[in-house]
Amino acid sequence: MARNIQSLERAAAMLRLLAGGERRLGLSDIASSLGLAKGTAHGILRTLQQEGFVEQDDASGRYQLGAELLRLGTTYLDIHELRARALVWTDDLARSSGESVYLGVLHQQGVLIVHHVFRPDDSRQVLEIGAMQPLHSTALGKVLSAYDPVAHSEAIEADRKAFTDRTVCELDSFEQLLDFTRARGYAADVEETWEGVASVAAPIHDRRRMPVGAVGITGAVERLCRDGELRPDLVAAVRDCGRAVSRDLGAGRF
Amino acid sequence: MTDAHTAGIASHGHGPFIAAIDQGTTSSRCIVFDRDGRIVSVDQKEHEQIFPKPGWVEHNATEIWTNVQEVVAGAIEKAGITRDDIKAIGITNQRETTLLWDKNTGEPVHNALVWQDTRTDALCKELGRNVGQDRFRRETGLPLASYFAGPKARWLLDNVEGLRERAEAGDILFGTMDSWVIWNLTGGVDGGHHVTDVTNASRTLLMNLHTLEWDDKIAESIGVPLAMLPEIRSSAEVYGEIKGGKLGELLGGIPVASALGDQQAALFGQTCFAEGEAKSTYGTGTFMLMNTGEKIINSYSGLLTTVGYRIGDDKPVYALEGSIAVTGSLVQWMRDQMGLISTAAEIETLALSVEDNGGAYFVPAFSGLFAPYWRPDARGVIAGLTRYVTKAHIARAVLEATAWQTREISDAMTKDSGVELTALKVDGGMTSNNLLMQTLSDFLDAPVVRPMVAETTCLGAAYAAGLAVGFWTSTDDLRANWRRAAEWTPRMDAETRDREYKSWLKAVERTMGWIADED
Repeated sequence: MARNIQSLERAAAMLRLLAGGERRLGLSDIASSLGLAKGTAHGILRTLQQEGFVEQDDASGRYQLGAELLRLGTTYLDIHELRARALVWTDDLARSSGESVYLGVLHQQGVLIVHHVFRPDDSRQVLEIGAMQPLHSTALGKVLSAYDPVAHSEAIEADRKAFTDRTVCELDSFEQLLDFTRARGYAADVEETWEGVASVAAPIHDRRRMPVGAVGITGAVERLCRDGELRPDLVAAVRDCGRAVSRDLGAGRF
Repeated sequence: MTDAHTAGIASHGHGPFIAAIDQGTTSSRCIVFDRDGRIVSVDQKEHEQIFPKPGWVEHNATEIWTNVQEVVAGAIEKAGITRDDIKAIGITNQRETTLLWDKNTGEPVHNALVWQDTRTDALCKELGRNVGQDRFRRETGLPLASYFAGPKARWLLDNVEGLRERAEAGDILFGTMDSWVIWNLTGGVDGGHHVTDVTNASRTLLMNLHTLEWDDKIAESIGVPLAMLPEIRSSAEVYGEIKGGKLGELLGGIPVASALGDQQAALFGQTCFAEGEAKSTYGTGTFMLMNTGEKIINSYSGLLTTVGYRIGDDKPVYALEGSIAVTGSLVQWMRDQMGLISTAAEIETLALSVEDNGGAYFVPAFSGLFAPYWRPDARGVIAGLTRYVTKAHIARAVLEATAWQTREISDAMTKDSGVELTALKVDGGMTSNNLLMQTLSDFLDAPVVRPMVAETTCLGAAYAAGLAVGFWTSTDDLRANWRRAAEWTPRMDAETRDREYKSWLKAVERTMGWIADED
């Protein structure tokens, strides 16, 4: 069995010390209670403070539990909140790219479509909110698998079915694809899920840099690709949209 | 406000552009649009809401004019463009809010009386004489109610000392916010144009809908001297050019080329140019307008008859209007007063955790029932409660309330106009609620369509201004710009819909007569 990490044990002890009632403690109290040198205790407290688990009172210099602890475990981003925040940005993406836009989140073993903007060409289209897409082959699914550890383990354990000749099913190649996705910041699906259809997607992060969803465009491979490659202007537009929605979530407005 | 719209790939860095000012109830905004109707830049500034007494709401018009100048300059700067790139500027505004100012000094004689202000309630009752609130309905399309501008002007003349004499001497000008902004933009005391457009004039209770001119008999009855009223012009024509002041330096010479009340601007922005086309804007409250073409339809179902728009010398286009007082504000009430959700968007999550309303119906008649009932004695009810009902069922009933109220307005419009609603174009914040939009389509038994530009109000003003200067050549050009972002189609069977509607109507009945004293 691996040895425990001492600094984490000490950090946990500090949080327990500060928990329970209206406790505010100074650096020397904390150090002496735990039998630590002041310098060591200060280093741990500063790290906890950066993470928001501990706050320091400006006037007295004493430490108390931070607001982040309250949020832990209780918050998740409501998917309808995500849609409301993404609305203007996804409209603009559809308009500028000329393609349909999808916003997806992890749900069970797949991607749940929570928002869909029509391709702006007046053709008959059906709203696909509530539909599911596979994790391992779609651009949205690959983004989620690359950034969200829960999605990753779902994709690894799943039966990665070949939808077309191009679907990447074998584990090592799939993991390489996810590494590549993280390295360049977006994922592509060129006829890996549907013949003739390509898509490109980028991650959406919340204010704690947690991956909460993915946004992407989907359309005919002839329009999205040029000389066998995804058009860089479309990739840039999708990534800009992902960043814009992330920024909006980071603002923490209600 | 999100400093939006840098996400595009298609370049909109090259002009020309149209700017639109939205002088709204809580803020003033300016948006710059490109030829495709896409947003290039936005600037916005809020102004103070002044509550001198319960039921009174005022705005400082000087502050508003300062803000308008700032947001116009701000939007131009953010877009990184100059005077040469802007072909025209258009205006849309909070309707009915009333201002009187001195034409020699340019100073308001009093704060503007905001549309929500109810101080003229008693005056309106008095003006109804033995006829009641429909005394001027045939000519103006409106009931005598405290929203409208004419009685507000009369209140100012009666209550600001010496004002009536100054008005009769011709020193005082009346205007809704469009007039105030246009007068200032075009030079103010130095030759500013004192005009209003037909849509704003149609909210004063002073304009005859048939002649589109001030009705001298009604003006006399209400007690407003004709001399202080602005000239009524179309919604899309050049009223004058930007001149003088800070904006004169920045944008001097640019034509001021449209004015439309906010709801009419949204109708225009949604390109509802054909008879029978309707839009509904879902915000705190909801406003639904239906284009009735060249026909002035008298409503017997409690709707308002109003001018939709008039483009230059073309024939005017009329509209029927129905408003719902409580829609988005009911969701806010669930969040703030009941604490059942922590953000407005969560209402959908909660509502989706159950299959249906569990037999519960929520009629939010918080301050009485509006169109088509007009029952001030009604108060809100939640009906059909049993042990089975959970907060999730109530959340569902909250969303259904907005959809049923839309259905009631739509039914009233069909009854008055004989035109069936073919599709409803929606905008406003609540359109991000997928369950609500689907429910709306189910209850209306008609498709519900959301356009790609959410800012339909500003877009409408920009469209009208662009038409006036030939930036766009026809309404067909504008229709070509319209893009469907989403469409919901009915999925509910007729039997369920009819049964649910009956239950809703029973719940509505139970709200009436709660306040015993009111007549």
